[in-house]
Amino acid sequence: MPVFYGSELRSRLLLGTARYPSPAVLAEAVRRSGTDIVTVSLRRETAGGRQGGAFFELIRELGVRVLPNTAGCHSVSEAVLTAKMAREIFATDWIKLEVIGHHETLQPDVFGLVEAARILAGEGFEVFPYTTDDLVVAERLLEAGCKVLMPWCAPIGSAMGPQNVPSLRAMRAEFPDVPLIVDAGIGRPSHAAAVMELGYDAVLLNTAVAGAGEPVAMAEAFAKAIAAGHIAYHAGMLEPRDMAVPSTPVIGKAVFS
Amino acid sequence: MKLTVNGEEHELQAATLADLLALLDYEGEWLATAVNGELVHRTDRSRHHLKDSDRIEILSPMQGG
Repeated sequence: MPVFYGSELRSRLLLGTARYPSPAVLAEAVRRSGTDIVTVSLRRETAGGRQGGAFFELIRELGVRVLPNTAGCHSVSEAVLTAKMAREIFATDWIKLEVIGHHETLQPDVFGLVEAARILAGEGFEVFPYTTDDLVVAERLLEAGCKVLMPWCAPIGSAMGPQNVPSLRAMRAEFPDVPLIVDAGIGRPSHAAAVMELGYDAVLLNTAVAGAGEPVAMAEAFAKAIAAGHIAYHAGMLEPRDMAVPSTPVIGKAVFS
Repeated sequence: MKLTVNGEEHELQAATLADLLALLDYEGEWLATAVNGELVHRTDRSRHHLKDSDRIEILSPMQGG
């Protein structure tokens, strides 16, 4: 099973907690998915408000590991402060680092990402960077202290699935020993299976489950697709060919004319 | 004194960050606080003195992807 910063996980699915129809559906989807890591975020609490407390309790009861994010941060200083505040609340050194560079595509600002990763790694954080599939950026993130990489496969929430398979494949080949998680852009279980067949270690999802007609059933579908893709990668898949190859042996076939 | 709390301006008297939280009825172990862009640990709130024009952020957990 995958090991992230020394912790061995039971599941190759990381699940986001946003946009579910209700807290009860979220809780059931987490259970059905079999995940042991959920992503969470932070927001301003209103005076006298208890909204954060209710969510905090819900997550605690699920008994899973928490990966807080820095979603919505557009600068290094914002992301670094948010990470520190997340550590204060969730008591974990794990941080899903997002530094957003483009408000339409939510493409990461990879320059700010590397800078923030270096600062956070220096302060003892275990950084899960949301990045692109650029190999040079990946190298810089590793130099900055990241021991896991999380490339997108399409824009966040787009449900488009893998848009650049050769790049994802190249990343796997370039960093055979680094845990790689596809984060963002997955829409269907077949997308998740496809990236797992490339040898990725895990998939991080949110909208594809939360926005499904039946999120709990979809959580199960993704868990199975991810497991299947992982087994297939190690089982040795056939390469496509241009011509047909008969699957039934022709030796000993009767000749009638 | 004038304090900006989560982006909103308040005119109130609070000697420390802990006093401010109590005054605005914040409670719970799930809160994180920052003053002027710097984290103030839970254990330091009662020692952290506020001054005029301080910007305070009070965050709590929310759903996220």
